[in-house]
Amino acid sequence: MDGFTPVSALVGGAMIGTSAALLLLLNGRVAGISGILGGLLAPLTRETGWRAAFLAGLVLAPPVYAGMGGSLPPVTVEASFPLLALAGLLVGFGARLGSGCTSGHGVCGLGRLSPRSLAATGTFMAVAVLTVLVIRHLLGA
Amino acid sequence: MAKMASAFAVGLLFGLGLLVSGMSDPAKVLAFLDLTGRWDPSLAFVMAGAVAVSAAGTLVARRRGRPLLASRLEIPARRDIDPRLVAGAAIFGLGWGLAGLCPGPALTLLTVAPAQAATFVAAMVAGMLLFRLVPPAAACSSPRRTDGVP
Repeated sequence: MDGFTPVSALVGGAMIGTSAALLLLLNGRVAGISGILGGLLAPLTRETGWRAAFLAGLVLAPPVYAGMGGSLPPVTVEASFPLLALAGLLVGFGARLGSGCTSGHGVCGLGRLSPRSLAATGTFMAVAVLTVLVIRHLLGA
Repeated sequence: MAKMASAFAVGLLFGLGLLVSGMSDPAKVLAFLDLTGRWDPSLAFVMAGAVAVSAAGTLVARRRGRPLLASRLEIPARRDIDPRLVAGAAIFGLGWGLAGLCPGPALTLLTVAPAQAATFVAAMVAGMLLFRLVPPAAACSSPRRTDGVP
């Protein structure tokens, strides 16, 4: 075990959960990032405004965090640019085909015990673990 | 306007949560997924905290019935586990495991690691557009219903 940070993980997780809860209580919408972004790619609808606003908040979080005096946590992107492009393509396509991602299925769906979200979360967790196992330990990258 | 303001604040809180939890760092996500390496269980604690609060919020929202700023709750109602759901989740998991990035952290990193995050996000948008070529009958658009009956 290395770099285990249980307290900040729980606090940050609770913030993410609070965000999902508030979007439901205020706007009546599920905080699924891929669904919100995917919805923005469709023609303008009444949903366009809040979706764009949500994503703007998400993107502006680091400068706001730094502005509040927080020191930005370290970010290490190990993947090369071609690998990032391939991974992004798979993540975007897979999230839409599977009706959700880590937030929509993982945080919101598990929170309401949705069988679909349980199946999806179990599947993407297992495949991601296998992917890392193959890349890091079998191919030795 | 109120809906946009609340969505902005809530999106900001989501991003701050990603930063505080450490999940905006792909290396930390990969350290969780790497069970046989130097395993970092932090992501499990992020999920536990997030799901607990989200579950409480869902209970309250369903009990109240009507959201404060909108006419109705829109919660996916499907319960069937179809091949598309599983295939989509598997493709998503493969991409997530390759780079340690999923949609939320990728968007939050646009201002932190712009070149890398923008590469991932552009490809992710391309993947989402590619999905729209999947025949509509086959594409699983989860039907939504008003789900606010106490």
